[in-house]
Amino acid sequence: MDSALRELYQEVILDHSRHPRHYGAMDGASHKAEGYNPLCGDRVTVYLLLGPDGRVADIKFEGKGCAISQASASMMVDMLKGRSQAEAEKLMQGFLHLVKGEDASDLSEDDRERLEVMGGISEFPMRVKCATLAWHTYKNAVEEGAT
Amino acid sequence: MTAQSKISASFDAEKARADFEILSRQVYGKPLVYLDSGASAQKPRVVLDAMRDFAQSEYANVHRGVHFLSAAATDRYEAARRTLQKFLKAASEDELVFTKGGTEAINLVAHSYLMPTIQPGDEIVLSVMEHHSNIVPWHFLRERHGAVLRWVDVRDDGCLDMDALDAAIGPKTKLVAITHMSNVLGTITPLKDIVARAHAKGVPVLADGCQGAVHQPVDVQALDIDFYVITGHKLYGPTGIGALYAKKAHLKKMRPFNGGGEMIREVARDRITYADPPARFEAGTPPIIESVGLAVALDYLMALDRTAVAAHEHDLLAYARQQVGQFNWLRVIGDAPGKGAILSFEADGMHAHDLATILDREGVAVRAGHHCAQVLMERFSVASTSRASFALYNTRADVDALIGGLSKAREILVHG
Repeated sequence: MDSALRELYQEVILDHSRHPRHYGAMDGASHKAEGYNPLCGDRVTVYLLLGPDGRVADIKFEGKGCAISQASASMMVDMLKGRSQAEAEKLMQGFLHLVKGEDASDLSEDDRERLEVMGGISEFPMRVKCATLAWHTYKNAVEEGAT
Repeated sequence: MTAQSKISASFDAEKARADFEILSRQVYGKPLVYLDSGASAQKPRVVLDAMRDFAQSEYANVHRGVHFLSAAATDRYEAARRTLQKFLKAASEDELVFTKGGTEAINLVAHSYLMPTIQPGDEIVLSVMEHHSNIVPWHFLRERHGAVLRWVDVRDDGCLDMDALDAAIGPKTKLVAITHMSNVLGTITPLKDIVARAHAKGVPVLADGCQGAVHQPVDVQALDIDFYVITGHKLYGPTGIGALYAKKAHLKKMRPFNGGGEMIREVARDRITYADPPARFEAGTPPIIESVGLAVALDYLMALDRTAVAAHEHDLLAYARQQVGQFNWLRVIGDAPGKGAILSFEADGMHAHDLATILDREGVAVRAGHHCAQVLMERFSVASTSRASFALYNTRADVDALIGGLSKAREILVHG
């Protein structure tokens, strides 16, 4: 089989898309945003509970779309929980670099190892937006989504 | 059935393939299987050659200079209009307006025909299977002028609900705007019947023929249709050009659309008069080189036995329909009798975009998404579909590649 395809649809990604983590609406969310990709109809809603210091005390998502968009959202919520805003921003930038095939060495070793499974997307430029939808939605929630 | 392409006595798809150089290229090291002609068709060599030859030997602006080349270019541009007249069997070449595409043609009708007279509460009748290009211009009239959009449903198999159409056309209806062939379902609408029913109530009809005119001969006079819209790039012609057919009586009453050169009779400081149609609606330098390409594309189509081409495309569709029938995890959307060669479907556990990505790596180009038909997606409760659309140059081997790719996608995405 095509190795780029195998890289893109590896088991970790398919598993996240079939069994998304932290899935569902959140009562009492402090922030919320809906992301939509009009090109393909992918939808992701991100719910956040930010602590007084801006730390991600809790995060959940709901969505519908392709395997890449949903797996990316699932991995994102998994990794963002507990992070400060600065840490979250750094993770996001690293992720964006990674999926575009750019230098992602600013990620910590641990983060890079976990996110590496999404690296295969850089071979599929038409699909990068699927992978970044959840992250942009998270950012929107923080900046403009206070409930 | 076999994978062999059926060779009809009067149409040989294998031979036609040789006219389209791009079809012999590879993608990702695999032969290209182009099943996205519904989005845009590939162009035969004669079209590309004609455009280059014209630009190299006869090109200048049209309708302006007195010089040799301007006269030559004007001749070619106006000859293209006559080719279009022949293609649509219009009564007069003056009933054909060149536009930059189908979208602009529909916007032209909305702006120049309907907008000047529309009143709050006036109704425009549409079907739920319209492309956004035949929805959004009417939404503008709803938003800005208080027009009401009346939607005609399709049946579950994708047929237009003619009873619903009758019910939707009422005393306030100002226009029926309907596709000739759905870009998602493949449904071909009974235009002649629709026009007769609308005219019986004094309502004009616009048909979006961007798909329809590709797959069957069109006779606007026999249809008695008021407006018929085509686009060049789906007709094996270039991008950047389309056309509006409109009855002369309508064109005469329509106000200008874009303002600029070519569309005026006289311009003074405080006074202006406009050119007669069709020039009135062709402001600015038109798509001149594209008009030459379009004319050659239409000639290419008209030189074929179009009944045989349609039979070939129907054979491909029937074969594809039969082949996907073996997949109990795949649901075809749109099974209207006599439909055109478009196969839309959704597959369990496989999002259209993941599917399209995997097919792409097999060299198979399909469209995935909402196909600019979100109202229809909602009607069938799907977020998106995958769509294979067949053209005259496709063969049963292309269908086989699609089927093979679908099995592979299933293996990757579902069985992992």
